[in-house]
Amino acid sequence: MWTWFFRLASPPHLYALAGKLSLWFLIPAFGLLAVGTWGGLVLAPPDYQQGDAFRIIYVHVPSAYLSMMIYVTMAVAGAIGLIWRMKLAHAVAASCAPIGASFTFATLVTGAVWGKPMWGTYWDWDPRLTSELILLFLYFGYMGLRSAYEDINQADRASAILALAGVANVPIIHFSVIWWASLHQGPTLSKLEAPSISWDMLWPLLAMILAFTLYFFGVLALRVRGEVLAREFQSRWAQDVLRGTSTAGGK
Amino acid sequence: MAVNVDTGARTRDAATEPALGLLALFWVILARDLRVGLRRWTDASNSALFFILVVTLFPLALSPKAEQLRMIAPGVLWIAALLATLLSLQLLFRSDLEDGTLEQLLTLPYPLGWMLLAKTLAHWMITGIPVVLMAPVLAITYHLPATALAVLTLSLLLGTPTLSLLGSIGAALTAGLRGAGVLLVFIVAPLMLPVLILGARATDLALAGEDPTGPLYLLGALLVLAVSLAPIVAAGAIRVSAD
Repeated sequence: MWTWFFRLASPPHLYALAGKLSLWFLIPAFGLLAVGTWGGLVLAPPDYQQGDAFRIIYVHVPSAYLSMMIYVTMAVAGAIGLIWRMKLAHAVAASCAPIGASFTFATLVTGAVWGKPMWGTYWDWDPRLTSELILLFLYFGYMGLRSAYEDINQADRASAILALAGVANVPIIHFSVIWWASLHQGPTLSKLEAPSISWDMLWPLLAMILAFTLYFFGVLALRVRGEVLAREFQSRWAQDVLRGTSTAGGK
Repeated sequence: MAVNVDTGARTRDAATEPALGLLALFWVILARDLRVGLRRWTDASNSALFFILVVTLFPLALSPKAEQLRMIAPGVLWIAALLATLLSLQLLFRSDLEDGTLEQLLTLPYPLGWMLLAKTLAHWMITGIPVVLMAPVLAITYHLPATALAVLTLSLLLGTPTLSLLGSIGAALTAGLRGAGVLLVFIVAPLMLPVLILGARATDLALAGEDPTGPLYLLGALLVLAVSLAPIVAAGAIRVSAD
């Protein structure tokens, strides 16, 4: 019953599986993205306070959710790699980092764009903004450490340890930043103060969150393919794939 | 070194050569690292000098007005302490990795984290204690009142060991890398932010005449957490670096 799990440790098998999975994730992701965009930009009524400007939540909130979810995914994959010595789990963790950093960056940019009309400033030392910025630094540190090691096994294990230390620290950082902000400045604006967000506005948001998540897994599968190929490029099956003479994983 | 392991340590129950107890081992490593660290006294004094230098720069760049200096003093002193710690971290495991001491430690039948805790403590005693001692003196030049001075020193005493312990993780991860100075700072600085926030705020509160015990307790809690967890993580990282 565990054979499916053990087969994940085989690079050609994972390569082919990731190829199939990427389509299974990306096609519904784009479908939902279209539905959510239509629902969010056209069907949802304008906010009575923020007007049409609130519609940026349909990009901002899913990005913010993913920026954190991906970091946890990365740490869990790293832990699996460390504990069960699964090299391909490390490949998954390595593939997570650039995607997570991109979503963190997107969160910061959309937040700044939203902040200008709403708060009158692009940047405010709000706890959530600050935590998000620190998260971006954590991603940069992770990627920097990975690229500093020449030996891939060392890079895998060192960066997995860093990701785990980061995950243990994220709650502490987050709460200390909240505490700092509450002490430092007056009551801050709450971005998503939604005592009862209306269903018209909510369902496109949920659709977008699901779409973004599926998109992440789809892109992750594509990146894992590349990562596996880069790690295994000397092996027979990878050479076959690169020459186009293999049927593993399709085209 | 006094630890003789090649024969006796693996058979600890053997009466012929009793292995070192864990506490004795801790003292041996601590004493050895202190001796080595104090012999390279320029390394040790560098972080204290750097601390003084950074603190000196702020009045020159901003303004020497007493009111303003008093206001920025907690933040400036804490940032300077954080930077001094970051600067000193590169030396934590580098020479031990190069001369093979770490590999010797890896072969010992003792928990590696425990030995790293001793090493980190020695490192803090050499680079951290001078900073803690210099801080109140420098704070006087910033016209900080006496109560805030006491809280500043106490917060540094509780906070800088945590910084060293968190830093030991980063130092262990980058010990085998050439020119990893900036990378080490990048990895470790985000993890240190809670300590910086709590330490500077505690001093701030004391300066404003309010009760600073809350953040001081939290600093203590972080120290306990760091003492119990950071050496284990650093041990895992050292095993990677020594490969």
